[in-house]
Amino acid sequence: MPGELVERVTSVIAKTQHIPPESVTIDSTFQELNIDSLDGINILFALESEFDVDIPDDAAKQIRSVREMVDGIGKLLAAKEAAQQETPQDK
Amino acid sequence: MTRRVAVTGIGVISALGSARPAFFEALESGISGIRPMTLVPEGSLRFPNAAEVPAYDPANYFEERDAGFLDRFAQFALIAAREAVGDAGISFDPSLAENTAIVTGSCVGGKTTEDAGFRSLYEQKNSRFPPLMIPKVMANAGASRISLEYGITGPVYTVSTACSSANHAIGQAFWLVRNGSAEVAIAGGSEAPFSLGLLKSWEALRVISPNTCRPFSRDRQGLILGEGAAMLVLEPMDRARARGTRIWGELAGFGMSSDAHHITQPSANGAARAMRAALADAGVAPEAVGYINAHGTGTPANDPTEVEAIRSVFGPHAEKLMVSSTKSMHGHTLGAAGALEAAATLMALHEGIIPPTANFSEPDPACDLDVVPNTARRARAECALSNSFAFGGLNAVLAFRSVI
Repeated sequence: MPGELVERVTSVIAKTQHIPPESVTIDSTFQELNIDSLDGINILFALESEFDVDIPDDAAKQIRSVREMVDGIGKLLAAKEAAQQETPQDK
Repeated sequence: MTRRVAVTGIGVISALGSARPAFFEALESGISGIRPMTLVPEGSLRFPNAAEVPAYDPANYFEERDAGFLDRFAQFALIAAREAVGDAGISFDPSLAENTAIVTGSCVGGKTTEDAGFRSLYEQKNSRFPPLMIPKVMANAGASRISLEYGITGPVYTVSTACSSANHAIGQAFWLVRNGSAEVAIAGGSEAPFSLGLLKSWEALRVISPNTCRPFSRDRQGLILGEGAAMLVLEPMDRARARGTRIWGELAGFGMSSDAHHITQPSANGAARAMRAALADAGVAPEAVGYINAHGTGTPANDPTEVEAIRSVFGPHAEKLMVSSTKSMHGHTLGAAGALEAAATLMALHEGIIPPTANFSEPDPACDLDVVPNTARRARAECALSNSFAFGGLNAVLAFRSVI
């Protein structure tokens, strides 16, 4: 799990929740951070903007911790990169 | 003064058709009006389906000039009111007009007009604005237009409490007639929420189903937005009996509460308190209730919370209740929802046909009541409740009694 990705995700969560960045770690659960369902979708919105990805509703519903969030974003970024490489350059 | 209140007129325009008979027929057949959306460009949203009024053409109802003065939501309000007033067979002479109230509900008002106007300003940089914007967008446009149509000069107003708007409106109108402040009332709700801006906002909230609305089903994935209007005509029971008109049912009680819990999460406690308040207001024992038209949005959060609330109010009698969500057929029409559902509840009481929960595919142990899955049922209920629980934690419940 790349440190830079973890750093960016935790920093978005801290900023959205208005809590100190050091209080958000890779092992934090949403429950520990007092993130309810509405906070959760606010964070998804902030992460979509930060990483320029679309987080599907289905995937979003499963996420309960920072680690799951970082994993999910990592997968979306990988898929985005793969899609960009497949796009023919001469088009 | 306390009078019994009869419902003597019903008008409905919805995804299930442009008038009440089509609405009742669809509810009885368990046919859903949820279809691919046509009012916004295809592919602009993560969810493709909605409950739109099919093939709606204002020219069928209004002179061209008139239609231009009215946003779609106000057109729906007037269409439903015309049907309800015609159904009740009431004509408003000056004395009655002065003693008639109109109370309507709307969550978002003239949103499509507003959206189009703002786009012309922001995108096309038009510095001149259509002058009808303000009177078309205001949430009371429907109520005011009904008042103009019939020359009704009594208390006329609109309440906006998100998804509970229509129930709050009908409840207020009911109390006006019951306590003698009005002789007749036209009450209900209307909504036309299909502007791209508003739909994108719903998308961001992540509560809209990507396919259909399956209330109480284990595989439910959220709500489906709908549009339309329903209006009721309310009058004292004695007056209705004296003129020998059809009585759809008695509006017997109204209860409200606020959760003070969370801006979007539901609360079983708040919902239960509103149901208890409606029963108490009606003087109806829980055991007399046979049917509940549930709020039943089909979101993961609402349905089990509502079932928990029903269980806490009804105890062991909950096992005998029929509980269905007609949002599975007419969609979630927001500020009109309570009005459409009051019409469905009155159908259940008057016709002895309990509308089903359509699109039901799989029982959920967390929603283990008799949800009348997929097929309407011939059954008589003495009393019925119709639940509305709004974002913002505002709950409004109507109690009806069968009059046959």
